[in-house]
Amino acid sequence: MRSLLRSALTHFRTSALSRAGAPKLALALVVALGAAACARADARPARELRVCADPNNLPFSNARGEGFENRIAELVARDLGARVRYTWWAQRRGFFRSTLRAGTCDVVIGMPTTLEMAAPTRPYYCSTYVFLTRRDRGLDVRSFDDPRLKSLRIGVQIVGDDGFNTPPVHALSRRGVVGNLKGYTVYGDYARPNPPAAIVDAVASGEVDLAIVWGPLAGYFAKRAKAPLSIVPVSPQIDPPFLPFVYDISMGTRRGDTLGTRLDEVIVRRRAEIERILDDYGVPRAEGRRR
Amino acid sequence: MEHLMHMPRAQTGRSVYAPPSGSRLVPPTSAQAFAGDGAGSRTPFELGDSVHRTVSTSPAGRTRPLARMVSAALLAAALLAACDRGTENRSQGTAPRTGGRGTPAPGSVADTTDDGQWVMPAKDYASTRYSRLTQITPQNAAQLKLAFTFSTGVNRGHEAAPLVVNNTMYIVTPFPNLLYALDLTRPGAPMKWKYDPKPASAAQGVACCDVVNRGAAYADGKIVYNTLDGHTVAVDAVTGQEVWKARVADYNQGESITMAPLIVKDRVLVGNSGGEFGVRGWVTALELKTGRIAWRAYSTGPDAEVGIGPEFRAQYPQYRGKELGITTWPPDAWKIGGGTMWGWISYDPELDLIYHGTANPGPWNSEQRPGDNLWTAGIFARDPDDGHARWFYQWSPHDLWDYDGINEQILVNLPIGGQTRRVLLRAERNGYVYVLDRVTGQVLSADPYMDVTSTLGVDLTTGRPRENESKHPEMGKVVRDICPAAPGAKDWQPTSWSPRTGLFYIPHQNLCMDFEGVEASYIAGTPYVGANVKMYAGHGGHRGALTAWDPIHRRIAWEIKEFFPVWSGTVTTAGDVVFYGTMDGWFKAVDARNGRLLWQFRCGSGIIGQPITYRGPDGKQYVAILAGIGGWAGAIVAGDLDPRDSTAALGFVNAMKDLPQFTTKGGMLYVFSL
Repeated sequence: MRSLLRSALTHFRTSALSRAGAPKLALALVVALGAAACARADARPARELRVCADPNNLPFSNARGEGFENRIAELVARDLGARVRYTWWAQRRGFFRSTLRAGTCDVVIGMPTTLEMAAPTRPYYCSTYVFLTRRDRGLDVRSFDDPRLKSLRIGVQIVGDDGFNTPPVHALSRRGVVGNLKGYTVYGDYARPNPPAAIVDAVASGEVDLAIVWGPLAGYFAKRAKAPLSIVPVSPQIDPPFLPFVYDISMGTRRGDTLGTRLDEVIVRRRAEIERILDDYGVPRAEGRRR
Repeated sequence: MEHLMHMPRAQTGRSVYAPPSGSRLVPPTSAQAFAGDGAGSRTPFELGDSVHRTVSTSPAGRTRPLARMVSAALLAAALLAACDRGTENRSQGTAPRTGGRGTPAPGSVADTTDDGQWVMPAKDYASTRYSRLTQITPQNAAQLKLAFTFSTGVNRGHEAAPLVVNNTMYIVTPFPNLLYALDLTRPGAPMKWKYDPKPASAAQGVACCDVVNRGAAYADGKIVYNTLDGHTVAVDAVTGQEVWKARVADYNQGESITMAPLIVKDRVLVGNSGGEFGVRGWVTALELKTGRIAWRAYSTGPDAEVGIGPEFRAQYPQYRGKELGITTWPPDAWKIGGGTMWGWISYDPELDLIYHGTANPGPWNSEQRPGDNLWTAGIFARDPDDGHARWFYQWSPHDLWDYDGINEQILVNLPIGGQTRRVLLRAERNGYVYVLDRVTGQVLSADPYMDVTSTLGVDLTTGRPRENESKHPEMGKVVRDICPAAPGAKDWQPTSWSPRTGLFYIPHQNLCMDFEGVEASYIAGTPYVGANVKMYAGHGGHRGALTAWDPIHRRIAWEIKEFFPVWSGTVTTAGDVVFYGTMDGWFKAVDARNGRLLWQFRCGSGIIGQPITYRGPDGKQYVAILAGIGGWAGAIVAGDLDPRDSTAALGFVNAMKDLPQFTTKGGMLYVFSL
């Protein structure tokens, strides 16, 4: 109870939502308190699944438990006879260091299998970058080599590390598609709900003709967009020699933690239920490179 | 406040030297910025009294009326300051400081050019970090002993300079940005009060390179500093009560503040950090009395918002034209183009200009932002009253290397080409020591102070570095031996200047880097990729150095090679001693003339702070330093990074793998005296 309350309060204090977000957060707090009261009334579960998660990043997770990673966390916890306990932290630079590695939680529900910052479980889905357009435009762009990309106004997700960016930015630069891109930082404005989602709104509103967006984000927000949107996986899947647009996603644990093995078992046992959750959220799936 | 505000200009001849009204304590005397060695020793420059002399020998060749008025105001302020101090001392029941070595007679210029205090991190507006105190010398430095210590209770990187004002020492910690006041009149300097600005915890998530703070500034009875979560606060220097707190940056948009403000006249100058998050860089002026924003000038975008107007003079043709802050970028890219201002500002009261650098462009790949990306990775001279730019110079056009141009600039007058030039000395991140004419922005010289491979020198005719295309990074291409590495030959850690030796003391790193392969990462649920950057010791095998540079003869006078990058600042004294610290915790005193090690003390944690020296209430000279490893270079220890993850801290960890064997965390003030 106390820990749950504390995490709710910590979130309230630290998640940095502006006044606009405050009523929703207050609601989250009430819900958390309610849940806490119930938990006290029930027999306390023997175990906790301590999950590191972003409190404001749909479709992955949020503090109200509305993301598909929240749902998968619940599923895994049920399977293990445990209760989910979150450590909330914005998924920015230092996320792994401040959460998983600091020992305040034990699992990150989604991360690329190849990420070195944590020990990956077996992958449980594979997604891809997609071309996102308004259906009524009928653009049907399927490849980075489509000559129309030189003239369309293209939205891309950008990351501010020097020399680093999302794979589509590199792919377009390499093809001389320069000057007609509009960047949407993956950080967005954290005072607003789901900061990385602005790029999807930009397609729906016509601010850009086309956007190249990471699949889970595109799939979820496209369903909710003001105008019908079309989602097409990018091709090629890998731009030679080694620029991938398709990523296997695993759960991440600390190296040497035996939790990973148990999570591997849950992923196998619950494959069908995980697939259903991903379907519910419109997560575009690609053929995994290794499963 | 999205646009540059046009504020009424101060009246001509307004005394910029007089203490701000209501000042209870000794104001920062602008005089000390330009006056030379009050001790009267022989220097190659004879800068003593230079405010007067350089005006009369200026290229214009005649004394301007304004300068005469300013000089008179200066003298008046000097006297006022002396009176103030006496009054203040009596009111506190302590003996007025008179007599004694290093304390010239009251009222003399020398007396006010060093009052023994330290009211801003750079010591003076010229950013010399030079103290006229003479008690500690090469002959007696070996007898330095610990006087007192104070634990800050914070374990992140301590980059701040302590301040000493009216026998009180002020210390700002890294996040959570606590402010401590220590009573120097009592044994052991006990704490008088602590102020906690309670910054938002979430701001830690937008700090690129540890949650550091570079210090406070004092004026008009207030200690003013910035908090990581984007506020500037003014705290009553006596009571510790908050006077005002102004929100100037938005951490929800990725902005944070780590820099130390500079107070010029009645304005507090502040700039933002956060280029990694796609923010747009700016410098802003707040009213010292209220915290109200007076103007803001951006580093990218429309001329009106950058402060480019009729007063702007382009020294080189690439700065000539309309709306270059837009046209040197792809459409709209300037809106998230970086050019933040997290470093140092200097001020020349004679020219009435402030000088500040701008950080690197972002957040695009370099090939997605063709053009010079003005006005990033350069330096501005601006009018402090309205923020309007007078000139600009770009160190790294179309930066490819993360060479933020935010280092400090030292304003001195040097004999160059047979005349005394008003110059600005700058050890730039790209590996060159620049000497710029600070009136016009013309490059007088630019010479490498470490082995540089990323460029092939600076063309003094065009002002541009000569490209070395073989070192240009490209996705998927392996590029080796790029020198300097991303933190540059020198990062934020400030240099100092001695008018006695004519040398410029540069604490710096000697690191190169490789771009090899591609590394995938993940942020906000989105995979991304980039070059796998690895940094390592540069040519010679050492990772850092303290270099004494002779800007007249454009050469190294002497150099101390250090095992680790020298990530601390330096201070230089009229006793001809230079102080600095090392990342493995040694605080060192060396002879300013030859670099001979005079004394060293092993602190409890690595040093990345800025040393200061001051005169205590007992008349003795003290030297203070904050230890506490961290910062970008020390993140492996402060952030508990995994030494096996060679690309952590943007590749810096690879160069610092062994640091955890040499030091542990812990913020602590150390103060020494004879």
